[in-house]
Amino acid sequence: MSPPRGNLGWFFTGMRGIISLPAFILMTSYVGFSAFALESGMTRGEAVAMTLGIWALPAQMILVGSMLGNAHIAASFLAVTLSSIRMMPMVASIMPEMRTKKTPLPMLLFVSHFIAITSWVFASRHLRDVPRDFRVAYFAGFGMTLTLTNTLIVGVSYGVVSQFPPVVAGALFMLTPVYFIASIWASAVQPVVKIAFVIGIVAGPTLALVVPGFDVLVAGIGGGTVAYLIDRYRRRKAGGGRV
Amino acid sequence: MADGWWTYVVIVVAGFLATDIWRWMGVLIGHRLNEDSEALYWVRAVATALVMAVTAKLIVFPTGTLANSPLWLRLAAAGIGFAVFLGTGKRVAVGVLVPIAILIAGLLFLQP
Repeated sequence: MSPPRGNLGWFFTGMRGIISLPAFILMTSYVGFSAFALESGMTRGEAVAMTLGIWALPAQMILVGSMLGNAHIAASFLAVTLSSIRMMPMVASIMPEMRTKKTPLPMLLFVSHFIAITSWVFASRHLRDVPRDFRVAYFAGFGMTLTLTNTLIVGVSYGVVSQFPPVVAGALFMLTPVYFIASIWASAVQPVVKIAFVIGIVAGPTLALVVPGFDVLVAGIGGGTVAYLIDRYRRRKAGGGRV
Repeated sequence: MADGWWTYVVIVVAGFLATDIWRWMGVLIGHRLNEDSEALYWVRAVATALVMAVTAKLIVFPTGTLANSPLWLRLAAAGIGFAVFLGTGKRVAVGVLVPIAILIAGLLFLQP
C-alpha cells in the first residue's frame, strides 16, 4: 500500500477513510437519527450519548422506541440486546484478520466498540491491504473517527435539520442497503461469503414474515450454517475428498 | 419518558452494555479463531448472512418516506442496479448510483 510507517501513520491513514462514500452515507443516516430523536422527545445530550455509547443505529432506534413507550429498563435491555447479538459474529469474523499474536486483549476489546455494519464492511474490504502489525491502528483510526464525527453530527444537526424533502429522504435511505450490497459482494473473496450473501438476502425479508422479531438471528445463524455446509460440500468435491 | 439522570442510566445499561457485551464476546471468540480455520468459515458465513438479512429488510420493509413507495420500484432499482454492477466490472460506485438513479426517476414519475 505504501512504504513502512509506524502505528501513528497507519492510524492517520485509517482516519482518511472518513472521506469516502460509506462514511458519507452513514452521516446522512445519523442526521436522520438526530431528527428522529428530537421528534421522540429525547434531549440533545441523550441523542449524543446514545450515538457514542451504543454506536449501532438499529439498536439506538430500538432504545428510543422502547423509552418512548416508557418500557421497564429490563425490557429495553432485552429489546436492544436481541438486536445486537449480530455484533458477536461480525466482530468475531474480523478479529483473526485484525490481531497479531502480540495484540493486547484490552486493546481489541476497546476497538471492538467501533465495529458496526459500516466499519465491518470497511474492515472486510481494506484490512487485507494493511501490514498485519498495523491493522489495529488502521482500523482504530477509521472506526474512532467515524464514531466521533457522527456523534458530532448528531449534536450539531439536532434541531437544525427536521426533515429532508421526500424524494431526497427516500434516496438517502436507499443508499445504505445498495452500498452494502455492492461493497460486500465486491469484497467477497471466498465463495462461502457469496453463498451466505445470497441466502441472507432471500432469508431476511422472508423470515421477517414467518418469525418476526427473530428473523435476522434465524437468517444469520440458520442461513449462515446452510451457506457453510454448501461451501464445505463444494470444497470437498473440488478437493477430491480433502477439506 | 423518564427524566434527567435516570435516562442516562437507561442509555448506559440498556444501550451501551446491551450492545457492547456482544462485541466483547465477539472479541473473545474471534481471539481463539485461526485465520482459514474451519470455524472461521462458519462465523464468516453467519456474519455475512446476518448483515445481508438486515440489508434486504431495509429494502423490503423500509421506514420513513420510502415506506410509501411501491415495493416493485425498490426491488427493481436494487435488482437492476446489482445486475448492471455485475455486468460492468463490479465497481461499487456503479452499484450505488444506478439503483439510486432508478429509484429517484421512479419516485418523481409516480409523484401525484
